[in-house]
Amino acid sequence: MNEPILKLSGLTKIYPGGLKALDGVDLEIRKGEIFALLGPNGAGKTTLIGAVCGLVRPSAGKIGVFGTDLKSDWRSARARIGLVPQEMATDMFETVWHAVSYSRGLFGLAPNKVRIEEILRSLSLWEKRHAQIRELSGGMKRRVLIAKAMAHEPELLFLDEPTAGVDVELRKDMWRQIDAMRARGTTIILTTHYIDEAEEMADRVGIIDKGRILMVDDKASMMTRLGRTEAHIALAQPLAALPAELQRLPVELEDGGHSLRYRGGDGTGKGKGEVAELTKALSALGIDYVGIDVRESSLEDIFVSLVEKRKAA
Amino acid sequence: MHFNARGAWSIFTRELMRAFRTAFQSILAPVMTTSLYFIVFGSAIGNRMPDLGGVSYGAFIIPGLLMLTLLGETTSNASFGIYMPRFTGTIYELLSAPVGVGETLVGFVGAAAVKSLILASIILATAMLFVDYTIAHPIWAVIYIVLVAASFALFGFILGIWADSFEKLGIIPMLFLTPLTFLGGTFYSIDMLPNPWDTIALFNPIVYLVSGLRWTFYGSADVSFAVSLAMTLAFLAADTAIIAYIFKTGWRLRE
Ligand SMILES: Nc1ncnc2c1ncn2[C@@H]1O[C@H](COP(=O)(O)OP(=O)(O)OP(=O)(O)O)[C@@H](O)[C@H]1O
Ligand SMILES: [Mg+2]
Repeated sequence: MNEPILKLSGLTKIYPGGLKALDGVDLEIRKGEIFALLGPNGAGKTTLIGAVCGLVRPSAGKIGVFGTDLKSDWRSARARIGLVPQEMATDMFETVWHAVSYSRGLFGLAPNKVRIEEILRSLSLWEKRHAQIRELSGGMKRRVLIAKAMAHEPELLFLDEPTAGVDVELRKDMWRQIDAMRARGTTIILTTHYIDEAEEMADRVGIIDKGRILMVDDKASMMTRLGRTEAHIALAQPLAALPAELQRLPVELEDGGHSLRYRGGDGTGKGKGEVAELTKALSALGIDYVGIDVRESSLEDIFVSLVEKRKAA
Repeated sequence: MHFNARGAWSIFTRELMRAFRTAFQSILAPVMTTSLYFIVFGSAIGNRMPDLGGVSYGAFIIPGLLMLTLLGETTSNASFGIYMPRFTGTIYELLSAPVGVGETLVGFVGAAAVKSLILASIILATAMLFVDYTIAHPIWAVIYIVLVAASFALFGFILGIWADSFEKLGIIPMLFLTPLTFLGGTFYSIDMLPNPWDTIALFNPIVYLVSGLRWTFYGSADVSFAVSLAMTLAFLAADTAIIAYIFKTGWRLRE
Protein backbone atom coordinates (compact mmCIF):
# COMPACT_ATOMS: atom_id res chain seq x y z
CA MET A 1 0.00 0.00 0.00
CA ASN A 2 2.71 2.43 0.99
CA GLU A 3 4.74 3.86 -1.84
CA PRO A 4 8.41 3.13 -1.10
CA ILE A 5 10.42 6.26 -0.24
CA LEU A 6 13.33 4.96 -2.30
CA LYS A 7 13.15 2.54 -5.17
CA LEU A 8 16.19 1.28 -7.02
CA SER A 9 15.68 -0.80 -10.13
CA GLY A 10 18.49 -2.43 -12.00
CA LEU A 11 20.97 0.05 -10.56
CA THR A 12 24.37 -0.65 -12.05
CA LYS A 13 27.68 1.13 -11.70
CA ILE A 14 30.75 0.27 -13.68
CA TYR A 15 33.71 2.41 -12.70
CA PRO A 16 36.10 3.59 -15.39
CA GLY A 17 38.53 0.73 -15.57
CA GLY A 18 35.71 -1.79 -15.75
CA LEU A 19 35.03 -2.62 -12.12
CA LYS A 20 31.37 -3.46 -11.62
CA ALA A 21 30.65 -2.00 -8.19
CA LEU A 22 26.85 -2.34 -8.50
CA ASP A 23 25.31 -5.11 -10.52
CA GLY A 24 21.61 -4.65 -11.19
CA VAL A 25 20.52 -3.68 -7.70
CA ASP A 26 16.78 -3.76 -7.00
CA LEU A 27 15.84 -2.38 -3.63
CA GLU A 28 12.85 -0.74 -2.00
CA ILE A 29 13.08 1.24 1.20
CA ARG A 30 9.88 1.85 3.16
CA LYS A 31 9.02 5.19 4.60
CA GLY A 32 9.98 5.51 8.26
CA GLU A 33 12.11 2.41 8.58
CA ILE A 34 15.70 1.91 9.57
CA PHE A 35 17.38 -0.18 6.93
CA ALA A 36 20.82 -1.65 7.51
CA LEU A 37 22.99 -2.48 4.55
CA LEU A 38 25.54 -5.11 5.45
CA GLY A 39 28.39 -6.25 3.31
CA PRO A 40 32.13 -6.90 3.34
CA ASN A 41 34.69 -4.29 2.29
CA GLY A 42 34.27 -3.36 -1.33
CA ALA A 43 30.75 -4.79 -1.58
CA GLY A 44 29.38 -1.61 -3.10
CA LYS A 45 27.65 0.01 -0.12
CA THR A 46 29.27 3.41 -0.50
CA THR A 47 28.78 3.30 -4.25
CA LEU A 48 25.06 2.61 -3.78
CA ILE A 49 24.72 5.56 -1.42
CA GLY A 50 26.78 7.74 -3.75
CA ALA A 51 24.49 6.94 -6.66
CA VAL A 52 21.44 8.13 -4.75
CA CYS A 53 23.17 11.20 -3.29
CA GLY A 54 24.65 12.49 -6.53
CA LEU A 55 28.30 11.58 -5.95
CA VAL A 56 28.35 8.71 -8.42
CA ARG A 57 26.87 8.61 -11.90
CA PRO A 58 25.00 5.33 -12.37
CA SER A 59 25.87 3.38 -15.52
CA ALA A 60 22.35 1.94 -15.80
CA GLY A 61 19.16 1.59 -13.85
CA LYS A 62 16.62 3.84 -12.22
CA ILE A 63 16.44 5.67 -8.94
CA GLY A 64 13.04 6.74 -7.68
CA VAL A 65 12.74 8.88 -4.57
CA PHE A 66 9.66 10.28 -2.87
CA GLY A 67 7.58 8.77 -5.62
CA THR A 68 9.27 10.44 -8.59
CA ASP A 69 12.29 9.82 -10.73
CA LEU A 70 15.39 11.35 -9.16
CA LYS A 71 16.32 12.97 -12.46
CA SER A 72 13.02 14.78 -12.91
CA ASP A 73 13.32 17.14 -9.96
CA TRP A 74 16.72 16.52 -8.48
CA ARG A 75 16.93 19.82 -6.61
CA SER A 76 13.80 19.20 -4.56
CA ALA A 77 14.76 15.57 -4.03
CA ARG A 78 18.26 16.37 -2.82
CA ALA A 79 16.96 19.01 -0.44
CA ARG A 80 15.12 16.19 1.34
CA ILE A 81 18.04 13.75 1.47
CA GLY A 82 20.91 13.85 3.96
CA LEU A 83 24.27 12.11 3.86
CA VAL A 84 26.86 11.31 6.48
CA PRO A 85 29.86 10.12 4.50
CA GLN A 86 32.10 7.25 5.47
CA GLU A 87 35.23 9.32 5.35
CA MET A 88 35.98 12.34 7.44
CA ALA A 89 35.74 15.33 5.16
CA THR A 90 35.16 18.83 6.40
CA ASP A 91 36.96 22.14 6.52
CA MET A 92 39.22 21.73 9.56
CA PHE A 93 39.57 25.45 10.20
CA GLU A 94 35.88 26.16 10.40
CA THR A 95 34.10 26.25 13.75
CA VAL A 96 31.48 23.64 14.56
CA TRP A 97 28.78 26.29 14.59
CA HIS A 98 29.68 27.69 11.17
CA ALA A 99 30.04 24.28 9.59
CA VAL A 100 26.59 23.18 10.70
CA SER A 101 24.91 26.49 9.85
CA TYR A 102 26.52 26.43 6.42
CA SER A 103 25.08 23.00 5.69
CA ARG A 104 21.60 24.22 6.52
CA GLY A 105 21.92 27.18 4.16
CA LEU A 106 23.47 25.11 1.40
CA PHE A 107 20.39 22.91 1.37
CA GLY A 108 18.19 25.95 1.00
CA LEU A 109 16.80 26.39 4.49
CA ALA A 110 16.51 29.68 6.36
CA PRO A 111 18.86 30.10 9.31
CA ASN A 112 17.44 28.72 12.55
CA LYS A 113 19.64 29.07 15.61
CA VAL A 114 17.23 27.20 17.85
CA ARG A 115 17.23 24.17 15.60
CA ILE A 116 21.02 24.15 15.30
CA GLU A 117 21.39 24.43 19.06
CA GLU A 118 19.03 21.49 19.45
CA ILE A 119 21.07 19.39 17.05
CA LEU A 120 24.39 20.29 18.65
CA ARG A 121 23.06 19.57 22.12
CA SER A 122 21.60 16.25 21.07
CA LEU A 123 25.02 15.19 19.76
CA SER A 124 26.88 16.54 22.82
CA LEU A 125 28.64 19.12 20.68
CA TRP A 126 27.17 22.25 22.23
CA GLU A 127 30.17 22.92 24.46
CA LYS A 128 32.41 22.69 21.39
CA ARG A 129 30.38 24.96 19.14
CA HIS A 130 33.06 27.66 18.94
CA ALA A 131 35.93 25.22 18.52
CA GLN A 132 37.60 24.72 15.16
CA ILE A 133 36.92 21.24 13.89
CA ARG A 134 40.62 20.35 13.86
CA GLU A 135 40.59 20.76 17.65
CA LEU A 136 38.03 17.98 18.11
CA SER A 137 38.61 14.30 18.75
CA GLY A 138 37.92 11.78 16.00
CA GLY A 139 34.57 10.74 17.49
CA MET A 140 33.50 14.36 17.84
CA LYS A 141 34.42 15.04 14.23
CA ARG A 142 32.19 12.20 13.12
CA ARG A 143 29.38 13.69 15.14
CA VAL A 144 29.93 17.04 13.41
CA LEU A 145 29.31 15.27 10.11
CA ILE A 146 26.10 13.86 11.53
CA ALA A 147 25.09 17.30 12.77
CA LYS A 148 25.76 18.75 9.30
CA ALA A 149 23.55 16.10 7.74
CA MET A 150 20.78 16.73 10.27
CA ALA A 151 20.94 20.49 9.85
CA HIS A 152 18.56 20.55 6.91
CA GLU A 153 16.11 18.14 8.51
CA PRO A 154 16.23 15.46 5.80
CA GLU A 155 13.41 12.97 5.37
CA LEU A 156 15.76 10.32 4.06
CA LEU A 157 19.12 10.02 5.76
CA PHE A 158 22.09 7.94 4.69
CA LEU A 159 24.62 7.04 7.34
CA ASP A 160 27.71 5.41 5.87
CA GLU A 161 29.27 3.64 8.85
CA PRO A 162 28.18 6.26 11.34
CA THR A 163 29.82 4.69 14.36
CA ALA A 164 33.18 3.66 12.94
CA GLY A 165 35.82 4.85 15.37
CA VAL A 166 33.36 5.85 18.06
CA ASP A 167 33.67 4.45 21.57
CA VAL A 168 31.15 1.98 23.00
CA GLU A 169 29.29 4.44 25.17
CA LEU A 170 29.02 7.00 22.41
CA ARG A 171 27.85 4.35 19.98
CA LYS A 172 24.96 3.57 22.29
CA ASP A 173 24.32 7.30 22.48
CA MET A 174 24.29 7.58 18.72
CA TRP A 175 21.94 4.65 18.41
CA ARG A 176 19.57 6.59 20.65
CA GLN A 177 19.98 9.62 18.39
CA ILE A 178 19.23 7.57 15.33
CA ASP A 179 16.19 6.11 17.08
CA ALA A 180 15.03 9.61 17.96
CA MET A 181 15.35 10.65 14.32
CA ARG A 182 13.27 7.69 13.26
CA ALA A 183 10.72 8.66 15.89
CA ARG A 184 10.48 12.06 14.19
CA GLY A 185 9.70 10.27 10.96
CA THR A 186 13.10 10.20 9.25
CA THR A 187 13.81 7.18 7.11
CA ILE A 188 17.33 5.94 7.74
CA ILE A 189 19.63 3.81 5.66
CA LEU A 190 22.83 2.86 7.39
CA THR A 191 25.79 0.74 6.48
CA THR A 192 27.82 -0.91 9.12
CA HIS A 193 30.36 -3.58 9.75
CA TYR A 194 29.11 -4.04 13.31
CA ILE A 195 26.51 -6.75 13.15
CA ASP A 196 25.26 -5.95 16.62
CA GLU A 197 24.50 -2.48 15.35
CA ALA A 198 22.25 -3.86 12.64
CA GLU A 199 20.70 -6.29 15.09
CA GLU A 200 20.07 -3.53 17.57
CA MET A 201 18.85 -0.80 15.27
CA ALA A 202 17.44 -2.05 12.04
CA ASP A 203 13.91 -2.98 11.08
CA ARG A 204 15.13 -4.61 7.94
CA VAL A 205 18.49 -5.81 6.78
CA GLY A 206 19.92 -6.10 3.30
CA ILE A 207 23.02 -8.08 2.53
CA ILE A 208 25.16 -6.98 -0.36
CA ASP A 209 28.27 -8.55 -1.84
CA LYS A 210 30.12 -7.84 -5.06
CA GLY A 211 27.51 -5.32 -6.10
CA ARG A 212 24.56 -7.68 -5.76
CA ILE A 213 21.86 -7.73 -3.12
CA LEU A 214 21.88 -11.28 -1.75
CA MET A 215 18.97 -10.95 0.59
CA VAL A 216 16.59 -8.39 2.02
CA ASP A 217 14.34 -9.26 4.90
CA ASP A 218 12.88 -8.23 8.22
CA LYS A 219 15.53 -8.66 10.81
CA ALA A 220 13.28 -10.97 12.81
CA SER A 221 12.23 -13.22 9.94
CA MET A 222 15.78 -13.40 8.70
CA MET A 223 16.78 -14.71 12.09
CA THR A 224 13.89 -17.19 12.05
CA ARG A 225 14.67 -18.37 8.59
CA LEU A 226 18.38 -18.66 8.96
CA GLY A 227 18.95 -18.70 12.70
CA ARG A 228 20.54 -21.80 14.15
CA THR A 229 21.39 -23.18 17.52
CA GLU A 230 24.69 -24.91 17.87
CA ALA A 231 25.63 -26.97 20.94
CA HIS A 232 28.78 -28.84 21.82
CA ILE A 233 28.59 -31.42 24.58
CA ALA A 234 31.92 -32.63 25.90
CA LEU A 235 31.65 -36.31 26.87
CA ALA A 236 33.34 -37.89 29.89
CA GLN A 237 34.13 -41.01 27.84
CA PRO A 238 34.53 -41.07 24.06
CA LEU A 239 31.80 -42.82 22.07
CA ALA A 240 32.53 -45.13 19.18
CA ALA A 241 29.18 -44.57 17.44
CA LEU A 242 26.14 -42.42 17.81
CA PRO A 243 23.45 -44.25 19.83
CA ALA A 244 20.31 -44.98 17.78
CA GLU A 245 18.16 -43.09 20.30
CA LEU A 246 19.86 -39.84 19.36
CA GLN A 247 19.63 -40.19 15.62
CA ARG A 248 16.24 -38.46 15.34
CA LEU A 249 18.01 -35.23 16.34
CA PRO A 250 20.52 -33.37 14.15
CA VAL A 251 23.47 -34.61 16.15
CA GLU A 252 26.91 -35.76 15.13
CA LEU A 253 29.98 -37.06 16.87
CA GLU A 254 33.09 -34.98 16.53
CA ASP A 255 36.55 -34.77 17.94
CA GLY A 256 37.08 -38.52 17.62
CA GLY A 257 33.98 -39.28 19.67
CA HIS A 258 34.99 -37.00 22.55
CA SER A 259 32.17 -34.61 21.89
CA LEU A 260 28.67 -34.34 20.45
CA ARG A 261 27.60 -31.56 18.18
CA TYR A 262 24.02 -30.43 17.79
CA ARG A 263 23.18 -28.06 14.94
CA GLY A 264 19.56 -27.20 14.31
CA GLY A 265 16.57 -25.12 15.24
CA ASP A 266 15.39 -22.00 13.49
CA GLY A 267 15.96 -18.99 15.64
CA THR A 268 12.61 -19.25 17.43
CA GLY A 269 13.91 -21.23 20.41
CA LYS A 270 13.19 -24.64 18.91
CA GLY A 271 16.92 -25.38 18.99
CA LYS A 272 17.26 -24.72 22.71
CA GLY A 273 14.39 -27.08 23.40
CA GLU A 274 16.01 -29.82 21.37
CA VAL A 275 19.31 -29.35 23.20
CA ALA A 276 17.44 -29.82 26.49
CA GLU A 277 15.87 -32.97 25.04
CA LEU A 278 19.29 -34.17 24.00
CA THR A 279 20.78 -33.79 27.48
CA LYS A 280 17.83 -35.66 28.98
CA ALA A 281 18.31 -38.46 26.46
CA LEU A 282 22.01 -38.65 27.31
CA SER A 283 21.21 -38.96 31.02
CA ALA A 284 18.63 -41.65 30.27
CA LEU A 285 21.24 -43.56 28.27
CA GLY A 286 23.73 -43.19 31.12
CA ILE A 287 26.17 -41.23 28.97
CA ASP A 288 28.11 -38.84 31.19
CA TYR A 289 29.14 -35.40 30.00
CA VAL A 290 31.41 -32.76 31.48
CA GLY A 291 30.50 -29.57 29.68
CA ILE A 292 27.87 -27.94 27.50
CA ASP A 293 28.34 -25.01 25.24
CA VAL A 294 25.21 -23.61 23.54
CA ARG A 295 25.28 -20.78 21.09
CA GLU A 296 22.57 -19.05 19.08
CA SER A 297 23.87 -18.08 15.69
CA SER A 298 23.76 -14.34 15.14
CA LEU A 299 23.20 -12.20 12.14
CA GLU A 300 26.94 -12.31 11.78
CA ASP A 301 26.98 -16.06 11.21
CA ILE A 302 24.14 -15.75 8.76
CA PHE A 303 26.02 -13.06 6.98
CA VAL A 304 29.29 -14.98 6.91
CA SER A 305 27.65 -18.17 5.73
CA LEU A 306 25.79 -16.34 2.96
CA VAL A 307 28.91 -14.67 1.70
CA GLU A 308 30.91 -17.90 2.02
CA LYS A 309 28.28 -19.81 0.10
CA ARG A 310 28.53 -17.32 -2.72
CA LYS A 311 32.28 -17.56 -2.79
CA ALA A 312 32.07 -21.32 -3.06
CA ALA A 313 29.48 -21.16 -5.84
CA MET B 1 12.75 24.33 -6.71
CA HIS B 2 14.42 26.19 -9.59
CA PHE B 3 17.26 28.16 -8.12
CA ASN B 4 18.49 27.61 -4.60
CA ALA B 5 19.28 31.22 -3.73
CA ARG B 6 20.01 30.46 -0.09
CA GLY B 7 22.44 27.77 -1.14
CA ALA B 8 24.25 30.14 -3.51
CA TRP B 9 24.40 32.81 -0.81
CA SER B 10 25.79 30.30 1.69
CA ILE B 11 28.62 29.35 -0.65
CA PHE B 12 29.31 32.99 -1.47
CA THR B 13 29.55 34.20 2.14
CA ARG B 14 31.54 31.20 3.22
CA GLU B 15 34.09 31.76 0.46
CA LEU B 16 34.45 35.41 1.43
CA MET B 17 34.85 34.40 5.07
CA ARG B 18 37.60 32.01 4.04
CA ALA B 19 39.36 34.93 2.35
CA PHE B 20 39.20 37.09 5.46
CA ARG B 21 40.70 34.23 7.43
CA THR B 22 43.69 34.48 5.11
CA ALA B 23 43.41 38.24 4.60
CA PHE B 24 47.14 38.67 4.84
CA GLN B 25 48.02 36.56 1.83
CA SER B 26 44.99 37.44 -0.24
CA ILE B 27 45.30 41.23 0.10
CA LEU B 28 48.63 42.24 1.50
CA ALA B 29 50.90 40.10 -0.66
CA PRO B 30 49.63 41.41 -4.03
CA VAL B 31 49.67 44.97 -2.71
CA MET B 32 53.31 44.52 -1.77
CA THR B 33 54.23 43.12 -5.17
CA THR B 34 52.47 45.90 -7.03
CA SER B 35 54.17 48.53 -4.88
CA LEU B 36 57.52 47.02 -5.76
CA TYR B 37 56.68 47.25 -9.46
CA PHE B 38 55.78 50.92 -9.03
CA ILE B 39 58.96 51.68 -7.18
CA VAL B 40 61.18 49.91 -9.74
CA PHE B 41 59.38 50.56 -13.05
CA GLY B 42 57.26 53.55 -12.16
CA SER B 43 59.68 55.71 -10.18
CA ALA B 44 63.23 54.47 -10.77
CA ILE B 45 63.07 53.60 -14.46
CA GLY B 46 59.97 55.63 -15.30
CA ASN B 47 61.74 58.89 -14.51
CA ARG B 48 64.08 58.33 -17.43
CA MET B 49 61.32 57.32 -19.85
CA PRO B 50 59.57 59.70 -22.22
CA ASP B 51 55.78 60.13 -21.95
CA LEU B 52 53.74 57.64 -23.94
CA GLY B 53 50.80 59.15 -25.80
CA GLY B 54 50.81 62.10 -23.45
CA VAL B 55 50.80 59.91 -20.34
CA SER B 56 53.76 59.65 -17.96
CA TYR B 57 55.37 56.22 -17.95
CA GLY B 58 54.46 55.65 -14.29
CA ALA B 59 50.80 56.27 -15.06
CA PHE B 60 51.00 54.32 -18.32
CA ILE B 61 51.84 51.06 -16.54
CA ILE B 62 49.00 51.26 -13.98
CA PRO B 63 46.37 49.44 -16.09
CA GLY B 64 48.91 46.78 -17.03
CA LEU B 65 50.00 46.21 -13.46
CA LEU B 66 46.41 46.12 -12.33
CA MET B 67 45.69 43.52 -14.98
CA LEU B 68 48.77 41.51 -14.01
CA THR B 69 47.65 41.21 -10.39
CA LEU B 70 43.99 40.83 -11.24
CA LEU B 71 44.51 37.93 -13.62
CA GLY B 72 46.92 36.10 -11.34
CA GLU B 73 44.99 36.55 -8.12
CA THR B 74 41.53 35.92 -9.56
CA THR B 75 42.66 32.76 -11.28
CA SER B 76 44.43 31.35 -8.25
CA ASN B 77 41.64 32.38 -5.87
CA ALA B 78 38.94 30.72 -7.91
CA SER B 79 40.98 27.64 -8.70
CA PHE B 80 41.85 27.04 -5.05
CA GLY B 81 38.25 27.65 -4.05
CA ILE B 82 37.05 24.60 -5.95
CA TYR B 83 40.25 22.51 -5.90
CA MET B 84 40.52 22.40 -2.11
CA PRO B 85 37.09 20.80 -1.53
CA ARG B 86 37.94 18.24 -4.19
CA PHE B 87 41.29 17.59 -2.58
CA THR B 88 39.98 17.30 1.00
CA GLY B 89 36.78 15.48 0.07
CA THR B 90 34.44 18.16 1.39
CA ILE B 91 33.01 18.42 -2.12
CA TYR B 92 30.73 15.52 -1.20
CA GLU B 93 28.44 17.98 0.53
CA LEU B 94 28.25 20.29 -2.47
CA LEU B 95 27.52 17.39 -4.81
CA SER B 96 24.79 16.02 -2.57
CA ALA B 97 23.20 19.45 -2.05
CA PRO B 98 20.42 20.98 -4.12
CA VAL B 99 22.84 23.23 -5.98
CA GLY B 100 23.63 23.11 -9.67
CA VAL B 101 25.86 25.02 -12.01
CA GLY B 102 24.11 28.34 -11.37
CA GLU B 103 24.38 28.27 -7.58
CA THR B 104 27.95 27.02 -7.72
CA LEU B 105 29.03 29.78 -10.07
CA VAL B 106 27.28 32.54 -8.16
CA GLY B 107 28.87 31.22 -4.98
CA PHE B 108 32.43 30.39 -5.95
CA VAL B 109 32.98 32.57 -8.97
CA GLY B 110 31.03 35.48 -7.51
CA ALA B 111 33.13 35.38 -4.36
CA ALA B 112 36.37 35.20 -6.34
CA ALA B 113 35.26 38.14 -8.50
CA VAL B 114 34.29 40.23 -5.47
CA LYS B 115 37.66 39.53 -3.86
CA SER B 116 39.31 40.72 -7.07
CA LEU B 117 37.31 43.95 -7.10
CA ILE B 118 38.35 44.70 -3.54
CA LEU B 119 41.91 43.94 -4.54
CA ALA B 120 41.72 46.21 -7.60
CA SER B 121 40.50 49.10 -5.47
CA ILE B 122 43.33 48.60 -3.03
CA ILE B 123 45.89 48.51 -5.83
CA LEU B 124 44.54 51.68 -7.41
CA ALA B 125 44.69 53.36 -4.00
CA THR B 126 48.26 52.16 -3.59
CA ALA B 127 49.14 53.52 -7.04
CA MET B 128 48.07 56.99 -5.91
CA LEU B 129 50.96 56.98 -3.47
CA PHE B 130 53.44 56.66 -6.33
CA VAL B 131 52.05 58.46 -9.38
CA ASP B 132 49.48 61.01 -10.41
CA TYR B 133 46.80 59.54 -12.63
CA THR B 134 43.21 60.13 -13.64
CA ILE B 135 40.64 57.74 -15.06
CA ALA B 136 39.07 59.01 -18.28
CA HIS B 137 36.10 56.60 -18.34
CA PRO B 138 35.53 55.47 -14.74
CA ILE B 139 32.24 53.70 -15.41
CA TRP B 140 33.70 51.71 -18.28
CA ALA B 141 36.71 50.98 -16.09
CA VAL B 142 34.50 49.44 -13.40
CA ILE B 143 32.44 47.48 -15.93
CA TYR B 144 35.57 46.27 -17.65
CA ILE B 145 37.26 45.21 -14.42
CA VAL B 146 34.11 43.33 -13.36
CA LEU B 147 33.99 41.52 -16.72
CA VAL B 148 37.66 40.58 -16.59
CA ALA B 149 37.40 39.47 -12.96
CA ALA B 150 34.37 37.30 -13.79
CA SER B 151 36.07 35.78 -16.84
CA PHE B 152 39.19 34.83 -14.96
CA ALA B 153 37.25 33.61 -11.94
CA LEU B 154 35.48 31.25 -14.34
CA PHE B 155 38.79 30.34 -15.92
CA GLY B 156 40.25 29.62 -12.48
CA PHE B 157 37.22 27.52 -11.65
CA ILE B 158 37.82 25.38 -14.73
CA LEU B 159 41.48 25.11 -13.81
CA GLY B 160 40.58 23.99 -10.28
CA ILE B 161 38.32 21.27 -11.66
CA TRP B 162 40.82 20.15 -14.27
CA ALA B 163 43.84 20.00 -11.96
CA ASP B 164 44.45 16.73 -10.16
CA SER B 165 47.53 17.88 -8.30
CA PHE B 166 48.84 21.04 -6.69
CA GLU B 167 51.56 21.17 -9.35
CA LYS B 168 49.03 21.39 -12.15
CA LEU B 169 47.14 24.02 -10.22
CA GLY B 170 50.19 26.22 -10.14
CA ILE B 171 51.63 25.53 -13.55
CA ILE B 172 49.05 27.21 -15.78
CA PRO B 173 49.38 30.64 -14.15
CA MET B 174 53.17 30.27 -14.05
CA LEU B 175 53.62 28.90 -17.53
CA PHE B 176 51.03 30.86 -19.48
CA LEU B 177 49.33 33.62 -17.59
CA THR B 178 52.35 35.48 -16.22
CA PRO B 179 54.44 35.40 -19.42
CA LEU B 180 51.49 36.33 -21.62
CA THR B 181 50.65 39.21 -19.33
CA PHE B 182 54.24 40.44 -19.31
CA LEU B 183 54.32 40.21 -23.09
CA GLY B 184 50.84 41.66 -23.32
CA GLY B 185 51.87 45.29 -23.14
CA THR B 186 51.95 45.73 -19.39
CA PHE B 187 55.15 47.76 -19.51
CA TYR B 188 55.11 48.99 -23.11
CA SER B 189 52.88 49.88 -25.99
CA ILE B 190 52.65 47.28 -28.76
CA ASP B 191 53.74 49.82 -31.39
CA MET B 192 57.08 50.10 -29.59
CA LEU B 193 57.80 46.54 -30.76
CA PRO B 194 59.82 46.00 -33.97
CA ASN B 195 58.23 44.32 -36.98
CA PRO B 196 57.08 41.45 -37.02
CA TRP B 197 56.70 41.27 -33.24
CA ASP B 198 54.02 43.94 -33.18
CA THR B 199 51.87 41.68 -35.38
CA ILE B 200 52.72 38.51 -33.49
CA ALA B 201 51.75 40.24 -30.25
CA LEU B 202 48.19 40.56 -31.53
CA PHE B 203 47.81 36.79 -31.15
CA ASN B 204 48.26 37.20 -27.41
CA PRO B 205 44.76 37.55 -25.96
CA ILE B 206 46.07 39.44 -22.93
CA VAL B 207 47.07 42.32 -25.21
CA TYR B 208 43.39 43.06 -25.73
CA LEU B 209 42.65 42.96 -22.02
CA VAL B 210 45.47 45.32 -21.07
CA SER B 211 44.68 47.56 -23.99
CA GLY B 212 41.00 47.69 -23.08
CA LEU B 213 41.71 48.68 -19.52
CA ARG B 214 44.25 51.26 -20.67
CA TRP B 215 41.62 52.85 -22.89
CA THR B 216 39.25 53.23 -19.93
CA PHE B 217 42.04 55.03 -18.09
CA TYR B 218 43.58 57.24 -20.76
CA GLY B 219 41.18 57.22 -23.71
CA SER B 220 43.70 55.75 -26.14
CA ALA B 221 45.13 52.26 -26.57
CA ASP B 222 46.76 49.76 -28.92
CA VAL B 223 43.50 48.32 -30.23
CA SER B 224 40.04 49.79 -30.22
CA PHE B 225 38.01 49.39 -27.05
CA ALA B 226 35.20 47.66 -28.94
CA VAL B 227 37.59 44.91 -29.99
CA SER B 228 38.87 44.53 -26.42
CA LEU B 229 35.34 44.36 -25.09
CA ALA B 230 34.34 41.78 -27.71
CA MET B 231 37.36 39.63 -26.83
CA THR B 232 36.51 39.77 -23.12
CA LEU B 233 32.89 38.83 -23.75
CA ALA B 234 33.97 35.97 -26.02
CA PHE B 235 36.27 34.68 -23.29
CA LEU B 236 33.43 34.92 -20.77
CA ALA B 237 31.10 33.00 -23.06
CA ALA B 238 33.67 30.28 -23.74
CA ASP B 239 34.30 29.82 -20.00
CA THR B 240 30.59 29.58 -19.29
CA ALA B 241 30.08 27.01 -22.05
CA ILE B 242 32.91 24.85 -20.73
CA ILE B 243 31.55 24.98 -17.19
CA ALA B 244 28.04 24.13 -18.31
CA TYR B 245 29.51 21.12 -20.09
CA ILE B 246 31.49 20.08 -16.99
CA PHE B 247 28.36 20.14 -14.87
CA LYS B 248 26.31 18.33 -17.45
CA THR B 249 28.76 15.46 -17.70
CA GLY B 250 30.02 15.54 -14.11
CA TRP B 251 33.58 15.53 -15.45
CA ARG B 252 36.12 15.38 -12.59
CA LEU B 253 33.32 16.02 -10.12
CA ARG B 254 31.23 12.85 -10.08
CA GLU B 255 32.71 9.36 -10.33
N1 LIG C 1 36.25 5.96 -7.57
C1 LIG C 1 36.39 4.67 -7.82
N2 LIG C 1 37.01 4.25 -8.93
C2 LIG C 1 37.15 2.94 -9.20
N3 LIG C 1 36.70 1.97 -8.39
C3 LIG C 1 36.08 2.32 -7.26
C4 LIG C 1 35.88 3.69 -6.92
N4 LIG C 1 35.22 3.74 -5.74
C5 LIG C 1 35.02 2.47 -5.37
N5 LIG C 1 35.52 1.60 -6.27
C6 LIG C 1 35.47 0.14 -6.21
O1 LIG C 1 34.10 -0.25 -6.17
C7 LIG C 1 33.93 -1.34 -5.28
C8 LIG C 1 32.88 -0.98 -4.25
O2 LIG C 1 33.39 0.05 -3.43
P1 LIG C 1 32.54 0.68 -2.26
O3 LIG C 1 33.31 1.81 -1.70
O4 LIG C 1 31.17 0.96 -2.77
O5 LIG C 1 32.48 -0.51 -1.19
P2 LIG C 1 31.90 -0.53 0.29
O6 LIG C 1 30.89 -1.62 0.32
O7 LIG C 1 31.47 0.80 0.71
O8 LIG C 1 33.18 -0.98 1.12
P3 LIG C 1 33.64 -0.59 2.59
O9 LIG C 1 32.89 -1.45 3.52
O10 LIG C 1 35.09 -0.91 2.59
O11 LIG C 1 33.38 0.86 2.79
C9 LIG C 1 35.30 -1.63 -4.69
O12 LIG C 1 35.85 -2.72 -5.39
C10 LIG C 1 36.09 -0.38 -4.95
O13 LIG C 1 37.45 -0.68 -5.15
MG1 LIG D 1 32.06 2.11 2.10
